[in-house]
This record gives sequence, structure tokens and C-alpha cells, in this order.
Amino acid sequence: MTTTPPLKKVSAKPDLLLSTEHSLCPGCGEPLALRTILELVDELDLRDRTICVCGIGCYTAFPGIIDVDVLQALHGRAPSVATGAKRVLADRFVFTLQGDGDMVNEGLQEIIHCAARGEKFTAVLLNNGVFGETGGHMTATSVLGQRTKTTMATGRVPELHGWPIKIADLLAQVDGTAYVARGAMHTPAAIKWTKQCLRDAFRAQLDGKGFSLVEILTMCPTDWYVEPTETPDWVERNFAPSYPLRVIKSL
Amino acid sequence: MSATGGTTRSRRVLMEGSHAIAEAAIQSGCRFYAGYPITPSTEILEYMSFRQPQVGGVCVNAESEIEAINMVWGAAGCGVRAMIASTGQGISLMQESLAELSNAEIPCVVVNMMRGQSDYYQATRGGGHGDYRHLVLAPHTVQEAVDLIALAFQLGDQWRTPVDVLGDFVLGHTSEAVEFPVLRESDLPPKPWAATGARGRRAHNVTPLGSPEKLHLEHGAHFNAMSEKCARMSTEKRCETGLLDDAEVAVVAFGSPARFVKYAIRQCRTRGLKVGWIRPITLWPFPDEVVAAAASRVRAIAVFEQNAGQMIDDVRLAVLGRAPVPAIGGISHDHSGFGVGPLLEPATIIRRITDVYEGKAAA
Repeated sequence: MTTTPPLKKVSAKPDLLLSTEHSLCPGCGEPLALRTILELVDELDLRDRTICVCGIGCYTAFPGIIDVDVLQALHGRAPSVATGAKRVLADRFVFTLQGDGDMVNEGLQEIIHCAARGEKFTAVLLNNGVFGETGGHMTATSVLGQRTKTTMATGRVPELHGWPIKIADLLAQVDGTAYVARGAMHTPAAIKWTKQCLRDAFRAQLDGKGFSLVEILTMCPTDWYVEPTETPDWVERNFAPSYPLRVIKSL
Repeated sequence: MSATGGTTRSRRVLMEGSHAIAEAAIQSGCRFYAGYPITPSTEILEYMSFRQPQVGGVCVNAESEIEAINMVWGAAGCGVRAMIASTGQGISLMQESLAELSNAEIPCVVVNMMRGQSDYYQATRGGGHGDYRHLVLAPHTVQEAVDLIALAFQLGDQWRTPVDVLGDFVLGHTSEAVEFPVLRESDLPPKPWAATGARGRRAHNVTPLGSPEKLHLEHGAHFNAMSEKCARMSTEKRCETGLLDDAEVAVVAFGSPARFVKYAIRQCRTRGLKVGWIRPITLWPFPDEVVAAAASRVRAIAVFEQNAGQMIDDVRLAVLGRAPVPAIGGISHDHSGFGVGPLLEPATIIRRITDVYEGKAAA
């Protein structure tokens, strides 16, 4: 007589994800990042004291489908909103979700000031180098050569459009930051690496060390003008040279 | 009228207006303040910087007005009473957030220490986008400022809305004996909507964008609901009237200049002129019924305001042609540019009221 070994769950949606439906494009890297964050919030048993401060971008669809408290911020303002929240509820776990347009365009001074004040929350940057929600326009992090709706003829060239801002490297220079790292969502190995970065960033906050930032490179299957299946290669080829995956400031 | 009738009060203390406003916020349970220095509101930030830590609260000397108002957004969104102060120029920078705080239904108190009275439109029309309204309170003495700060926090929580308090240079820098209403526990209502971490309950989404539970947000329904709430808030009209019963001319004025107008009107009475005043305490909602009722009894409704003519629009809308509405105020500054000008001389105000009374002023 043979016995069937008990089934082992190897993959499922995180409990904190209320629905697997989202309004983002198939192949988008942002839902992967959300899933990774929620898995970690669950694993660290932080759900009951988590406040997510969400910026404005494609990912603004997420607050409706996640089972943690959310303060929805205006475009660029999530770091200041998170400051107010964390200052009055110091024992809560506060993290922000911002895209590159939100953090590095509209709200650049906010994120720098928060880092300099050493605000004890965790900032997550979802960087795809493009304004996805408006339909694919150049952001402050679009890489050189990148075609967007507003750099269509030439790609991004310094003479016309300037250079991309490497915000994580910049913030690592600010004294108030405790931890800064850059991850990506384009391969299983990168996701695993990024999850460890997020874990360290969350730890920095929970231990009261200071401001922490994890930049996550996310694929945009719509506005990069490549086949969705080719977006992981596009990250390696076009993003990695400007935005290498590494811990820029360790604990 | 007393804004918080029936409450216990502290002993009287002599305080400058700005400090009294800040202390009134502290006494009202305000435990978060963020601000950016700008004359004539700076003394509120200075006071908060040492006073908030004494009561376990937080004061952030923010790097910009936009960051300051969004820090207030975060603290207030967590259910903590929060306040910000600036002057019109700084309030201009905050307008996107002030508009959307209404849509997010996050209560907070926004103090504008105006230069002159140049920000009536900004406060009552909404300097930002959309169909929102803020409740706007306009004190004319330091004691009234204290009482209206307490009322502002109360109304903000009750309606889940930002409430504006409009002061000015004169109010902020006048020292008067004041007493503070003593806060009771029951004055701090529970805020079950706030983001605090979802222990033991479903998660909250405190958002200006509409229903938190739907994947596809119903913006139109949300904005309609907010607009309907503004219509209900328009019942919060408050005003003071004086010497109106037999008045042949009424003068409408608000804030510190109204204090000068009241003095001028009493002087006019000693000279036999039958004049009275209407002083809106809420600028939005505007006390239009009181103005309309007066308009059907008097020969003219004069408007004294220290700007080029802003509130006069609301007076005319209330009067609806029943009486002439001459403007007797105007822009008036000394060299500082902060709105303390020769127009506030009682003799000037008395002369202008007398001109209206004698039919010499154009409507």
C-alpha cells in the first residue's frame, strides 16, 4: 500500500492581497513588487501595524486590493505624508510606494528632505523610467537612448533631455539614510535578491536606524516599445548599466 | 456669542495673538504642527516648536509649505488633530493639497495670518481645483481667535473637513488677556476611519480618489457625495450684529478691521448717525440671510474690507439689489507691506461711513 505525501504549497497569492485582479498591463513589474512587499509584511507579522502611503501612478490601483491600511498621497507627496504618519504613530510600520515620476520628478525635494531628516520609514521606488499612467512619457530616470512618447525621434539624448537622476546613489550620500539598495523584478533571482533588500530596509526601520530606500526596477511592457517577453532582457541591456543591482548603503 | 458656550475655562493670561492661537490649538488637543516661517504667521511656528514637545506632540519646521501641508495630511490621516499656519503666499503653495484634503475627508486646521485681508477670495472660493469648500472662520479679537480655534477643531472632526481660520497681522501681534476653553475627553471624538494599522479590523484606505473598496474607482459618485456634504456644511453660518434695530446704514466687515469698524460705528452713534454693523464670523458659509434681512430695512449696506473688494461679492449676492452696496474699504499698507495701513484710522472709517449715511458715497 502506498501513501500519498501531503501536498506542500509552494506558491500562492499572499493573504494580504485581496484579489489577484489588477488593472495594470500583463507583464508589468509593479504587481510583482507589490506581491514581494506583501509577502514580507506577512512574514514579519507587520500587517496589524502597517500604514502604506501610496503615490500616484499605475500602482495607485493597488490600495483597493491590499489588506493593509493606506494613506493615499498626492503626486510626489508620499514622503511628507509618511513623515506625518510616522511622527505621530512612531510604533507603526510605515512604507511608501512611489514611481520614478512621483519620487524623482514631482517630489524630488521631498524625498531628499525626508532622507536628510532621517525619517524612520521605508521608501520603495518602483522605477520603470517612464510615466506609464499618462501613456509613456520621459521621466527624470529615463535612461539615455530610451524611446518614450516625448523622446520618440532620438531616444533620450543629453543634448536635448539631460541625464537620468540616479536617485538611490544620490540618497546614499545623505547622512540621514540608514540603508539604500537597488533591486529588480526581471528574473526570479533578482526578485529573491530584492526581497532580501526589502527585508533589510524594513529591519532598518523596525530597529529605528533611520531612513531606508529600496529602488526596484520594474518592467513596462507597454511603454518600452519591446515585446512583453523581451522586457527582462531590456532591463539587463538598458537599465543595468545605469542602475546596477547592489546594496549602495548597508546597515 | 461664545463659540464654545458652556465650557470650563482656564485662568486669564496675557498673550500675543499668534501665541494664543498656538496655545489654543494645544489646548484643543492638536498634537502635530508643521510650518514654514513667513510673516506674519511665524510666531505660531516658533511657539509650537517648544510647546508641542512639552505635551508629547510634534512640531516640524518643514523645508517648504508643500511638504508642511502634506505632513499635516499624514498626521491627520492617522487620526491626530493637526494644524498648519502660514500667510496667503504660503497658502497659495498648498492649494493642491488643501483641495484634495477635502476630497480625502481629512480634518485639519489651516490658519492664514493674512497680509491685510487680501485672501478672502482664496479662502472662500477655494484657491485649488475642484468643487470643494472649506469652512472659514474669521476672529476679530484674540479671545475670539482662541474660541474659534477650538471650534475649528470641533467642526473639522464633525464634518471631516479642513477648517480655515483667517487672522491677520494686527490680530497676530496684539496682546490681550485671554482664557482657554478646557478640553474634555468627550470633545475628542473617535476617528474610526483613520489609518492606524488594521489591527482587528478590515484595512482602511484614506484617499481623495473615491471608494476604497472598488478596483475601478467611482470618481463621479465620490465627488457628488463631497459636493452634497458641502451643501450640508453651509448650515454652519455664524455672525455678529450690532446696533442694527433702527439702523439706516449697515456696515459689513470681518476680522481685525471689523473691530475698528465697530468702534467707528459707536462714534457715529454719538454723533446721531443711525448706523449698525454685521460681522460675518464664518466667511464660508457666508451669513447671507442676516445681510438680506438687513438689506430690506436700511438705505445702504456698506462694505469695509482691507482689500480691493472681495467680500463685497458675497454681500451683493445676499442683498440681490435690495439696497446699494458701496465699498468703503480698500488696499492699505505701511512700508512693511503686511497690511497695517492708514485706512485703519478710525477717523477715516468714520468719514467714509458718514459719507454713505449722507448719500455721498457711490454704490
